[in-house]
Amino acid sequence: MNRRKFLKVSAVAGTVVAISPSLPVPTFSAKAALKKRSFEEALKEITKGKKPVESKKVKLIAPSIAENGAVVPVKVEIVEPIHNVKAIHIMADKNFDPWSCSIHLSEKNGKPYFATRIRLAKTMNVYAIAELKDGSFIMAKKHVKVTIGGCG
Amino acid sequence: MARTALIKLRPRRYKKGDIIRVDSVIMHPMHTGLVKDKKTGKIIPPHYINKVEVYYGGELITSIDVNASVSANPFFSFYLVADKKAPLKIVWKDNKGEVTEKTVKIKPH
Repeated sequence: MNRRKFLKVSAVAGTVVAISPSLPVPTFSAKAALKKRSFEEALKEITKGKKPVESKKVKLIAPSIAENGAVVPVKVEIVEPIHNVKAIHIMADKNFDPWSCSIHLSEKNGKPYFATRIRLAKTMNVYAIAELKDGSFIMAKKHVKVTIGGCG
Repeated sequence: MARTALIKLRPRRYKKGDIIRVDSVIMHPMHTGLVKDKKTGKIIPPHYINKVEVYYGGELITSIDVNASVSANPFFSFYLVADKKAPLKIVWKDNKGEVTEKTVKIKPH
């Protein structure tokens, strides 16, 4: 390789490296403001049109009566080996935006488990949806009664 | 602005290869943008964490996408295989561009 060729190649490579971080990465969590949407719309965005099957393999632990809707502890455990589970999504169907959070797991996690605290505006169903490696979805739901709403 | 964040490992003593639980909490108001300020009557603008990333020894092992409907001072808990002596770094990012980092050392006995 002569000098001219080398300079040309390195210049091209340099510009590619400089441009690539500034490219917009479209993620559905990147939007700033909340938008009101129905549960079906939010579910479609996560499952991409597939219908999740209700399964006993998903263990959703949430209180049946939550005193304060601003803090509702939710715990999800999936009776599957970790390499089979790709992600866990938590949704609450009558919230302003039903999608609450998603965790993307890897084999380093050891166990498909996730716990967090979410807000519930009123009495509603909480859903835990697990994305499996073969692209299918399994889910569990639980009815949570809320005495004081938390979403304002 | 750095925020207060806590990471706890359960159990505290573990052997190499054990599966341990990682509990994390960050102090954050998590404004949804739907609530009005009682004094001024103006809507509080949205300010919430939307991405959490977990690195173990420099490798991204878990990422969490978060919406505003997660409670204030968000708590996240997940498991981890402690198979090497390496730092565990959790990075919280919010919609205003604030980034908070916290590192703990994983030292299997």
